[in-house]
Amino acid sequence: MLNIENLRAAIEGKEILQGLDLHIRPGEVHAIMGPNGSGKSTLTRVLSGDPRYQVTGGGVDFLGANLLEQAPEQRARNGLFLSYQYPVAIPGVSNIQFLKAAVNAQREAQNLPPMDALQMLERTREGIKRVSLDESFMQRPVNEGFSGGEKKRNELLQMLLLEPRLCVLDEADSGLDIDALKVVGEVVNGMREANRSFLLITHYRRLLDHIAPDHVHILTAGKIIASGGMELAEQLERSGYRGLAA
Amino acid sequence: MSNPSDSTATIDALVRSEYQHGFVTDIEMDRIPPGLSEDVIRTISAKKNEPEFMLEWRLKAYRKWREMPLPNWAQLNIAPIDFEAITYYAAPKSMADGPKSLDEVDPELLRTYEKLGIPLHEQQMLAGVAVDAVFDSVSVATTFKKSLQEAGVIFCPISEAIQEYPELVQKYLGSVVPQGDNFYAALNSAVFSDGSFVYIPEGVRCPLELSTYFRINAANTGQFERTLIIADKRSHVSYLEGCTAPQRDENQLHAAVVELVALDDAEIKYSTVQNWYPGDEEGRGGIYNFVTKRGACLGARSKISWTQVETGSAITWKYPSVILRGDHSIGEFYSVALTKHRQQADTGTKMIHLGANTKSSIISKGISAGRSQNSYRGLVRMSPRAQNARNFTQCDSLLIGHQCGAHTFPYIESRQPSAVVEHEASTSRISEEQLFYLQSRGIDPEQAVAMIVNGFCKEVFDQLPMEFAVEAQKLLEISLEGSVG
Repeated sequence: MLNIENLRAAIEGKEILQGLDLHIRPGEVHAIMGPNGSGKSTLTRVLSGDPRYQVTGGGVDFLGANLLEQAPEQRARNGLFLSYQYPVAIPGVSNIQFLKAAVNAQREAQNLPPMDALQMLERTREGIKRVSLDESFMQRPVNEGFSGGEKKRNELLQMLLLEPRLCVLDEADSGLDIDALKVVGEVVNGMREANRSFLLITHYRRLLDHIAPDHVHILTAGKIIASGGMELAEQLERSGYRGLAA
Repeated sequence: MSNPSDSTATIDALVRSEYQHGFVTDIEMDRIPPGLSEDVIRTISAKKNEPEFMLEWRLKAYRKWREMPLPNWAQLNIAPIDFEAITYYAAPKSMADGPKSLDEVDPELLRTYEKLGIPLHEQQMLAGVAVDAVFDSVSVATTFKKSLQEAGVIFCPISEAIQEYPELVQKYLGSVVPQGDNFYAALNSAVFSDGSFVYIPEGVRCPLELSTYFRINAANTGQFERTLIIADKRSHVSYLEGCTAPQRDENQLHAAVVELVALDDAEIKYSTVQNWYPGDEEGRGGIYNFVTKRGACLGARSKISWTQVETGSAITWKYPSVILRGDHSIGEFYSVALTKHRQQADTGTKMIHLGANTKSSIISKGISAGRSQNSYRGLVRMSPRAQNARNFTQCDSLLIGHQCGAHTFPYIESRQPSAVVEHEASTSRISEEQLFYLQSRGIDPEQAVAMIVNGFCKEVFDQLPMEFAVEAQKLLEISLEGSVG
């Protein structure tokens, strides 16, 4: 699904990723944990094609094609999805209008006709229920005036509707109460299937109590320094990053 | 290593799009030689069979105009205009005898309107929009005349109104914008050749949206249309004008005057979608749009609302205003002005509060792209009699790219301590973060910019009649469309 080889990337001339390797097979759930400034968010931005980051070395293969050559919208249409830590507001653009544009952009790339309005409405309603928002969120402007938790649920709603192949969730758990955390777990677990993979970026083990990962990686200073299973997250909780590095 | 998409370059490239209404219609024209003199005005007046009072009125305006200096206070860079090189009257020849019905209108002319998306025949069938189409200097056809007549509404070319309703014309023409009001209004008063006239009788709610389409076709022609709308007591009317012009390398002058009069409890809603040819990327050609639009809320509790979507013209100089004379009267101004290439727009409004408890609101959205300059200029005046008057102004500017400019010039004059004036202003760039967010959901950059811009304008689009809101959104998208870098 995703093969990252010796990836190096910089922002404003400062190298953040310093030779990162990661291999995700179809159906797997990977979690990356790491201290602040280790390059977790940079990795998600480089994968989705944020123009502010420069790739300075290495390569990324996604579903058999060179990901780094693709424009951001192309990556999304090919099935890459990033759930943002702090999604930006788009004033005056209703959520349903935005969702429709996103879904139809993807369908167009697959040579499918635009989704008909009724089906779109039905699917959005269903999604809204699953992420525990209320229906007013269809007409509200994208992320405008949403609370932190509502923004995260809205990201999940997009993920549900777009049905991506690889879902990258950047700190989907930060700032969430227990109930909201449960929703994240339910949505991800409900979407798990043989052809879909997940990359979870998190600081805390508590998300992993809701979503059992197949692999856990520790990222520090732009490199993965340890890989393993759940036991790695448990060890991290006992001894901190310093303990792991020692 | 370079990234596949550089959003700054993308945004810059987005604003290079082609004008879609740039065709020229080939019809025989009846035109008088260029230049302006008392003789020219006599000729225009005679061609239109005008009564004596009208000729005198024009001549008075001409004499005032000759004494007036060119205005130069706006934030505009205008190449000198040779007023002697302009033709002040041009009409399709087949109109000389006047069409009695649509069947008699030159089919070439009707095809022009079809290209513009206003098939007159179909318009009659469709959801009730009555159209008065002004082609160069004369009204071509007014649809829906009959159903309006039944309601007692008068909607006709102003040239016809001068013949048939001289008392109404004499009473109100120039009552809101006097002949000597400003340079271009004086010029218009002297030479105007046609335009629309609307009278809504007491207590009548106009059963249709009224609409006028203006088109400048002939080269080196100035278009000077004159519109007068009178809403009698407790009446209601919604009026829309749309404008296009062919693509030419030389500049063309458009100096219109619109006067609105609202009596007690009357309401006028006036919407404009202006898409005159803006000139090319280097600033060659395009319409000079110098327009005086003003409404008078003469009666108590009357209301005048201006909504404009301006995407065209090389230069726009336009301040739709409301004089709030009646107590409790309301004035509104909603504006979207998009400039690109080397377009210049200096537009805004004046809200003159004379009566007590008068209210006005101003929402202005300026979008600048390319190397264009976009200015908001607004005056809010609270006179000593305007007790408890209120104004709210919100002025937002959106910049696309790094070579354009946005300017705000709010003037506030208050001579009434109980009056409240609020002003909010903001300037922002299309954020790369917003653009990237939409792109990372699969939406291409062009559509993403259009979505962000349409979202920015939503408060204004919400004011437009439904079908025109859709048209305005499309127009913005077309105007922003271009090759993606």
